[in-house]
Amino acid sequence: MSDPNDPMAEIRVAFFQECEELLEALQDGLTSMEDGSGDSETINVVFRAVHSIKGGAGAFGLDELVQFAHRFETTMDAVRAGELTVDTEALKLFFRAADVLSDIVRASRDALETDQSAILAVCEELIALTGADAEEDEIDPAEFQATGLTLDLDLPDLDALDDIAVDLPPLTSADSLFGEDTIAREPSKYTIRFKPTSELYATGNEPLYLFRTLREIGVVKIDINTQCLPELSKLEPENSYLEWQLKIETEENENQIREVFDFVSDICDLEIKSNGMDAEVSCLPDILPNEAATDQVVSSSEVSNAIATPAQTENLAPSADQTVENASDNAAEIPLEVSPKPAQTPPATKPRATVRVDLERVDRLVNLVGELVINQAMLSQSVAQIGLPSNTPVFTGLDELQQLTRDIQDSVMMIRAQPVKSLFQRMARIVREASADVGKTVRLKTDGDATEVDKTVIERLADPLTHMIRNAVDHGLEDSKTRLANGKPETGEITLSARHRSGRVLIEISDDGAGIDRKKVLKKAQEKELVTKDGQLTDSEIDNLLFLPGFSTADKISNLSGRGVGMDVVRSSIQALGGRVSINSTPGKGTTFSISLPLTLAVLDGMVTQVAGQTLVVPLNTIEETLTIGKSDLNTLGPQTSVLKVRNGFVPLLDLGTELGYRKPKPDYVDSIVLLIAHEDGSRAALVVDEINDQRQVVIKGLQESYGRVPGIAAATILGDGQIALILDPVDIVAGASGRTKLSTETALAG
Amino acid sequence: MSNQLSNSKTSEIELLSFRVGEQEFALDIMSVREIRGWTRATPLPHSPPFVRGVINLRGTVLPIIDLAARLGQHSTDPSERNVFIVVQSGEETVGLLVDAVSDILSIKTEELQSPPEMAADTNNIFVESLTIVEDRMLRVLDLRAALLSSSSEAA
Repeated sequence: MSDPNDPMAEIRVAFFQECEELLEALQDGLTSMEDGSGDSETINVVFRAVHSIKGGAGAFGLDELVQFAHRFETTMDAVRAGELTVDTEALKLFFRAADVLSDIVRASRDALETDQSAILAVCEELIALTGADAEEDEIDPAEFQATGLTLDLDLPDLDALDDIAVDLPPLTSADSLFGEDTIAREPSKYTIRFKPTSELYATGNEPLYLFRTLREIGVVKIDINTQCLPELSKLEPENSYLEWQLKIETEENENQIREVFDFVSDICDLEIKSNGMDAEVSCLPDILPNEAATDQVVSSSEVSNAIATPAQTENLAPSADQTVENASDNAAEIPLEVSPKPAQTPPATKPRATVRVDLERVDRLVNLVGELVINQAMLSQSVAQIGLPSNTPVFTGLDELQQLTRDIQDSVMMIRAQPVKSLFQRMARIVREASADVGKTVRLKTDGDATEVDKTVIERLADPLTHMIRNAVDHGLEDSKTRLANGKPETGEITLSARHRSGRVLIEISDDGAGIDRKKVLKKAQEKELVTKDGQLTDSEIDNLLFLPGFSTADKISNLSGRGVGMDVVRSSIQALGGRVSINSTPGKGTTFSISLPLTLAVLDGMVTQVAGQTLVVPLNTIEETLTIGKSDLNTLGPQTSVLKVRNGFVPLLDLGTELGYRKPKPDYVDSIVLLIAHEDGSRAALVVDEINDQRQVVIKGLQESYGRVPGIAAATILGDGQIALILDPVDIVAGASGRTKLSTETALAG
Repeated sequence: MSNQLSNSKTSEIELLSFRVGEQEFALDIMSVREIRGWTRATPLPHSPPFVRGVINLRGTVLPIIDLAARLGQHSTDPSERNVFIVVQSGEETVGLLVDAVSDILSIKTEELQSPPEMAADTNNIFVESLTIVEDRMLRVLDLRAALLSSSSEAA
């Protein structure tokens, strides 16, 4: 299946993408069932998700997936039919079943082995739940194979299709019939007889436009019937004599065609007939409705049978067609539609129309828009240089251009953004599994699911987040006994929240556990000689020891991570995303990890500054204030370092030029301009710059991919003059700062 | 590049020759994307000395490698007379700062000879092969070697 030449490979990819969406819908449904809204619609959503996965899996001959999905579906159907009441235990089982289902989906996708015992266990429980008499027995996977769009599909197998349709539990509507989900919507042929009344013309309608619209949904062949046209002498100019016969080949259904004529339906004679296929149809006599082929109008040679109910025939006839007529030709197209389409199931909530776009194309667009913004800035700059009066149309035009580019940029950025919901759902599973492993009852509360974050960020956040969630379950929360003894509810709570804050995304993972045992942490750090024995550390410094590499290596073997195991990895992967992680713990109350992430690719509001002849952009959101150093505020700390007194606090003074290696410390910093940088954890630093030029929006251009990481630099941007300016990462600069603001005595002597 | 050389054993290879200091070098023309006039590069902090910085190449950030410094020559401050050769090696696109671009030459592949190994130079030699053009020695640059180590040092 992984053969790159396999025409199915691409379609498989599409199917598994759909599966991800369906699994998400499944999780959603189960979650809302858990929250008590077990109305029929929710159950339907769950049912349909499972059902669609099964349908698609059948088309690809993924037997294991089909069997499990079928079992799951049977159970959900019992729930839907009201035969089964859903209690907490059942829900738990459903969640586990959903997990297993997604495991099988992934295993099928990556051709991995599945954990048979887990599948069997859940299967048995599901069977136990529904009772032995539930529905039919295990479906013979061969039946599903039959529907599979393998190229050698032959006609007799179509009978199997019929069987399945019968076997299957009652379905909500014809749309969700098995066939509909699995069989491509081959172009169907319709014959339309259209005879306008004179009123149609009188009301200003024009058949030509209707036909043009029709052409947008399919290939149309138009014949005019002029039989009714009288002799010229008898012709009443206001009367309608013409009649058209249109043959359309379209992938849309009849309703779509009807829609075209929607506005004229009462002022014309309209007949729309779906044309079945010829020879094949006769092979399926029992599926064809009786009235088929009765009121046939068309005389087309290629169409001998018309079928009056397209809803059903669509499922079967076209598939027959494709097998016989052009199986190989269609190989590429058919299965595109094979995967269960959410849009095709009839949900109450209207499905949003979506388009799958190659991420590269979006990135290209994002880049181009970035260019546009830069160009627009350049243009504004050069127009400003000409010195035109500000009320000239040029400026108005430029303003509008600026507005437009901003709008375009925002819209483009939105394409890449995705709600964090999918990520949070995966975490829900982690919580379930981890809590089952350690025998704690844990509830995951999520907040801000709809917060949108760049897709790449979401993908790369999964691993660190998983790690942190596991930590929270394993080490953050106490066991039930301890909790009860401490007067806390037995069920531990982990809250996962996401929100936008000043141009960044803040993701918080908090537990209501015991908090960090600082004594223990400190002792361990001392044992491992990460800190000196006599060092005095503040609480937050101790908390941050968890992020030190090699802080804890003891229990790496265990499935669940010990808190501290790999926290350095967590931190570095978040840093690689341009994010930071901080920790906040209250003994007895719990621990909160905050991850602050940039909305990557987004534009950044920055302060354009000059340092040692170089232009540097400092992200505006990190700047608390700007100051000029007064003589009395500058205090020497060590032989090479100084602090700045800002109101009642002392802030380390850092010379950006020195820290970036552009120059040696200046002899004197009085009257220098500093930017006061505030961290998420509350610490501050003062960065010396030479000059502040401007405050503006800049487009972030990654340095990573073209060059690599530069310490203290977050990214680059292109200024209005076409020059590249570096964007500072103030937090990184402060973390790695030498703090040198004085020429050391040796340097001074040497120099 | 070695692939291209071996694939075209009997055929000719086109080289772009250029000058770095007093020495003449050449590059397989297939790896050359474009040649650009000098613009000021934005220096990167904490970068190795041969990394001149980055320039804006139609909206992308292009790192500039000072070939003279890379080859262990004495590098002078670049002026308007210098040019960038934008080259691509694998996924990597960088600009090479050279003194001047001289010519495009067609060389028979069998006229290329491997350079003798000289122990003293192992660190700074990025010459893939040598050839003679009009009685002058032309050094064919091993682009991948010159870039690979630069990016790993940079990262």
